[in-house]
Amino acid sequence: MADNFTFIIDGTEIPARQGQTILKAADEAGIYIPRLCNKDGLEPYGACRVCTVLVNGRPQSACTQPAQPGIIVENDTEELTEMRKQLIEMLFVEGNHFCMFCEKSGNCELQALGYRLGIAAPRFPFMFPQRELDATHPEVFVDRNRCILCGRCVRASRDQDGKNVFQFTGRGIKKRISVNATSRLADTELKSADKAVAACPVGSILKKGVGYAVPIGERIYDHKPIGSDIESKAK
Amino acid sequence: MSTQATGLKRIAIEPVTRVEGHGKVTLLLDENNKIKQARLHIVEFRGFERFVQGRPYWEAPVLVQRLCGICPVSHHLAAAKAMDMVVGVDKLPPTAEKMRRLMHYGQFFQSHALHFFHLVSPDLLFGFDADPAIRNVIGVAKKFPDLAVQGVMMRKYGQELIRATAGKKIHGTGAIPGGINKNLSIEERDFFLKDLDQMIEWSRGALKIAKDYTAENLERLAGFGSFDSNHTSLVREDGAMDIYHGRLRSIDAEGNRIIDDVDYVNYLDYIAEEVRPWSYMKFPFIKSLGPEKGWYRVGPLARINACDFIDTPEAEAERKEFMALTNGKPNNITMAYHWARMIEELHSIEKIQELLHDRDLQGTDLVAKGDMRGEGVGLIEAPRGTLFHHYKVNKDDQITMANLIVSTTNNNEPMNRAVQKVAEDYLSGNEITEGLLNHIEVAIRAYDPCLSCATHAMGRMPLVVELYDAGDTLVDRKVKE
Repeated sequence: MADNFTFIIDGTEIPARQGQTILKAADEAGIYIPRLCNKDGLEPYGACRVCTVLVNGRPQSACTQPAQPGIIVENDTEELTEMRKQLIEMLFVEGNHFCMFCEKSGNCELQALGYRLGIAAPRFPFMFPQRELDATHPEVFVDRNRCILCGRCVRASRDQDGKNVFQFTGRGIKKRISVNATSRLADTELKSADKAVAACPVGSILKKGVGYAVPIGERIYDHKPIGSDIESKAK
Repeated sequence: MSTQATGLKRIAIEPVTRVEGHGKVTLLLDENNKIKQARLHIVEFRGFERFVQGRPYWEAPVLVQRLCGICPVSHHLAAAKAMDMVVGVDKLPPTAEKMRRLMHYGQFFQSHALHFFHLVSPDLLFGFDADPAIRNVIGVAKKFPDLAVQGVMMRKYGQELIRATAGKKIHGTGAIPGGINKNLSIEERDFFLKDLDQMIEWSRGALKIAKDYTAENLERLAGFGSFDSNHTSLVREDGAMDIYHGRLRSIDAEGNRIIDDVDYVNYLDYIAEEVRPWSYMKFPFIKSLGPEKGWYRVGPLARINACDFIDTPEAEAERKEFMALTNGKPNNITMAYHWARMIEELHSIEKIQELLHDRDLQGTDLVAKGDMRGEGVGLIEAPRGTLFHHYKVNKDDQITMANLIVSTTNNNEPMNRAVQKVAEDYLSGNEITEGLLNHIEVAIRAYDPCLSCATHAMGRMPLVVELYDAGDTLVDRKVKE
């Protein structure tokens, strides 16, 4: 295989290098593929499926699927947008996401995707699960009500912080983020400056005492939808 | 209720219209339509005090304001004041306090305008028993288009002030523990200065309507749902009216001070609440007087009665005129709430004018820091009266206890008294008509109650009147869409 090649996304030919994922190549070309569990600098994980695209007609997660010469990728289609909306809506009803008082509002990737995809109200019944908030740590708290199990904190703590503070426990609907201690976040090695804290796309892992310090109007997604930074790279 | 009231008929006004939230009135009548009992019921249960438990303390000002869509700023600021205490801040940077005050005066301006122009003016302009098809905000817009537009524009001005200080017109995030998250830019200031004179002029006009209406109808209004009562309000240390901060004062119907110069942090030593089995709303009272005699009124009437003066010139002149009506003694006329409310409307816009010219609003020192205390009390004068917020916070920064006494709760007993009084004076022994039933709502509306302090369905709610016989069987039911 040639080191440099091209493939097609939504009718546009874009360049790619060998070993690049479809998502990475699209990013560099200024084409936004919605995603949640993927984050620059972290190993691709393929958990949330929001980045699902059709590769030669077959669904694949763009964050894990390597780009290949000549493939035909469909991304911005009605069918895929509808599927992504359903995924996001399921995440909303599976946890307890109350944007109206969540301090991550305006900076939250889940909320921003909801807006970008045009979700007005969830179609699925709310599950209102019983989830726990761990505020024992002096600098950081974990609110599992808002966790979407993307695993970004798990990977960031393990691969970037070298600490393994966060891990998944349980299976299926009972799956949760747990901490590497008997029970409390306070008993881990976590520091507020750790990459694992900054990795959370939602309001689940937050620095204490920050709250609403950034006024409405100056938050990340107040004026531009999520993905605008990538799209601004388009030539 | 009618189970123990053999031989009585029961009428329900459900829901009460042109008020904030949901409530109902029940009337028990005997065979001759004599009123045996009249009550205002609060039919919703909220639970904010319970579900704020466990949440991080800094969320409270943003979370708890969701109690209300009309004056959320009051809850936002009362909670923020309590959280200032929790984070050990006793004095805010001037920019922070003045931004919060601007937010609060903006809210007063919009809330009072909404109430006067849209909820109350149909009763005053068309009469209490006018045709209900005309006696509504649409009727006002048709016959008095200028007034209707003024109401909308004044409300907008206040809402824009809230947006500029809190980030959003409804449910913003401006006040944070120890301060504020933004200042007022020069562009924002100039935006408000542009329309300021117009707002002052319209406020004068609205006050004149309320004042003239009261004077012209004084004979009828003086007794309408009126009774002697105590009055409670925050008052600035020097005795001036201050809706953002002050010390607790209660006076009796003659103006004698029952509580004075009290640090509101100690409110529990002075105020208690009684629970009655037929309402979700508690009945607060002054402890030293007990539940029978200790109930009191809050809101515009109580504030004007309780303060020694107003620190803005036009509103102070108007206050003097208001107090002259009762020879300097407290005014106990329920319908005088409207006049008092419009004096506050003028006071608010005078304060807004003062603040807009204050360069502190462009300051950059926004937040003060202190040492955590674990408990905080925040009181504020909301448009509808004194609002109490009290929280305890554990060492992990989580709220463990919340106690809220909302403005309308303070007016629970007075509103029930007003309902009883009007029912006895106007309905007893008469054939019950829609117009007569509206008299009861007129008395309730004087208090501008926020019945659930949350939902607001003003104007669009159907009025349902149900007539039951002694066996609680529905005899007649009329629905007004």
